[in-house]
Amino acid sequence: MGKQLAAVLGTGQTHHTTKRLDVSMAGLCREAIDRAMADADVDWADIDAVVLGKAPDLFEGVMMPELFLADAIGATGKPLLRVHTAGSVGGSTGVVAASLVQGGVHRRVLAVAFEKQSESNAMWALSIHPPFVMPVHAGAGGYFAPHVRSYIRRSGAPEHVGAMVAVKDRRNGARNPYAHLRQPDITLESVQASTMLWDPIRYDETCPSSDGACAVVIGDEATADAMAPRPVAWIHATAMRTEPTMFAGRDQVNPQAGQEAAAALWRQAGVTNPLEQVDAAEIYVPFSWFEPMWLENLGFAPEGQGWKLTEAGETEIGGRLPVNPSGGVLCSNPIGASGLLRFAEAAMQVMDRAGEHQVAGARTALGHAYGGGSQFFAMWLVGAAKQGVPS
Amino acid sequence: MTRPLSAPLDIGFDYTRSLGPTLGRFMTALAERRIEGMRGSDGRVFVPPAEYDPVTAEPLTEPVEVGQEGTVLTWSWIAEPLEGQPLDRPFAWALVRLDGADTAMLHAVDAGSPEAMRTGMRVRVRWAEETAGHIRDIACFEPLDAPERPRPEPAPAEPVTMVTTPVHLHYQHSASAEESRFLRALTEGRVVGQRCPVCGKVYVPPRGACPTDGVPTTDEVELPDRGTVTTFCIVNVPYLGQRIPTPYVAAYILLDGADIAFQHLVLGCDAKEVRMGMRVEAVWKPREQWGPTLENIDHFRPTGEPDAPYESYAQHL
Repeated sequence: MGKQLAAVLGTGQTHHTTKRLDVSMAGLCREAIDRAMADADVDWADIDAVVLGKAPDLFEGVMMPELFLADAIGATGKPLLRVHTAGSVGGSTGVVAASLVQGGVHRRVLAVAFEKQSESNAMWALSIHPPFVMPVHAGAGGYFAPHVRSYIRRSGAPEHVGAMVAVKDRRNGARNPYAHLRQPDITLESVQASTMLWDPIRYDETCPSSDGACAVVIGDEATADAMAPRPVAWIHATAMRTEPTMFAGRDQVNPQAGQEAAAALWRQAGVTNPLEQVDAAEIYVPFSWFEPMWLENLGFAPEGQGWKLTEAGETEIGGRLPVNPSGGVLCSNPIGASGLLRFAEAAMQVMDRAGEHQVAGARTALGHAYGGGSQFFAMWLVGAAKQGVPS
Repeated sequence: MTRPLSAPLDIGFDYTRSLGPTLGRFMTALAERRIEGMRGSDGRVFVPPAEYDPVTAEPLTEPVEVGQEGTVLTWSWIAEPLEGQPLDRPFAWALVRLDGADTAMLHAVDAGSPEAMRTGMRVRVRWAEETAGHIRDIACFEPLDAPERPRPEPAPAEPVTMVTTPVHLHYQHSASAEESRFLRALTEGRVVGQRCPVCGKVYVPPRGACPTDGVPTTDEVELPDRGTVTTFCIVNVPYLGQRIPTPYVAAYILLDGADIAFQHLVLGCDAKEVRMGMRVEAVWKPREQWGPTLENIDHFRPTGEPDAPYESYAQHL
């Protein structure tokens, strides 16, 4: 028996911001959940299982947050799973929740992911210096900046491409009422004039630290069909792949695990030309240069050519492949939730519910997340129609 | 086999918790030396309060003040208290159900000896001298027959919205046997790696097994202390726990003869002069400062040789 059809019935998210001091972690999650359940028109009795995604425990100093959050996320007396794949966790949470429906285990599953960065210090948590090594590690930016430099060298991309991504995403974020950073007036010059944090990555090319949560309700075919004429987002394909952080000959710019996950995704979905067949993409871009890097890794452009799509404006809303119409991670980064936000925003696009940042006529959209040292990849492809049904 | 090296790794952070309305109310009451629970949809009173109902998952909104005496439901004796625990002398961890509550809370009972503890015993709250809106405003519980201490008058407190929860972790970080050999060689000023018998690639530090082929690596290779900068970044961001002053160049150094780069510091030229492909050599600390660590190499500096051609390190990016 093949997998069952599954669809996103509804999505919800918080207004992401630096500090949500008025709510607990439970209250933060619940805001996103309440919105997702209202969007999906379901009640607690309709939810069969709950999947929680959360970035590394050191980020908030809470071991097993799924235990104390169980009441708030409606999991008491129901199956509850926690997913943990570093920064990609939000994406993996969506994939796991989808698989529970696709496998015929549950009819309706709630996926929720969160991060309350204000309670902690992620830069500190990512810069722990164990004994015996040279203490040069400096957070996520310090990890990724050398690989961004390698990409620029390898592709010959002009320096302004990174700044162009930042301008596009921040302006897109200004159209998204939930975005943390909303900067309609940002310019290439202002980005290029911002402080160099981890050379070659500038301040304005870096994601913020956010408090926020995201939730998604996934249902089986019968439930999704019963929602008509309300649109749902049919899940055409999901993929996850992993590779070690360090091995000789590892390609840190275009990791094999990401390439293989994308290939599996396109194969499952029957997509032969992603650039032509995908209408919008929410790609995990915490530092601006990762847009062209992941365009190549995902197969939207040949190796070394991703920056040309960005430079030509093809990734803007209205271009051939709008990337991060929501503003993406560069505008909102509640780490644990960031991947699920990409997945939810992709669903919102094909449900025609993205409001001011809607890509006109989007029928097929990609949600993507990566994490760790570019070692975890998770992605899904959603469509306005069931897979194989002409739209 | 020689004993693997290990050393302490101590980390800590003062996490701040925003409480939200329900827990904020509970903490504010504690600051006033009162205890407030929350009534659930089935009438049960939760202490500490539940934010959401375990039965209906709905937010709970009916606070209930409960008593300051209660019953021990079960307990465990702590003969040797640990850092950060409520008492620095032997005590009992107990589940205490306060009068008027339907659930028990975990707290310390200052009973003096395990003989003074029993399930079903009655206890009362011993308040901290100063309250701050924190669970530690309850210093501990004490048996009802303990002499009662003078209790300060409850006074209205400012609403409590945040608490700080310091977390400190003390690890003993151990290196693998192979890494230990590498570290011991460093104490003699030598750099050793291991070659995979299948793919022939040289790992430094050695892993003991090839991550690609999954076979043990036993063939030891001595490496020079010079190599090529494959890629790098310049760190300008100050951060908590930082040990090298900014700005500094964090570079991947590919030693000659190695097949994997490691991160180290490049000094000896302006940061802007550092390039991909730059040839560098180790600058060792004075020998009397050497220990089993890669920090024996203070930094790498340019050798002045022509840059390595891109093709020579392109597969290491």
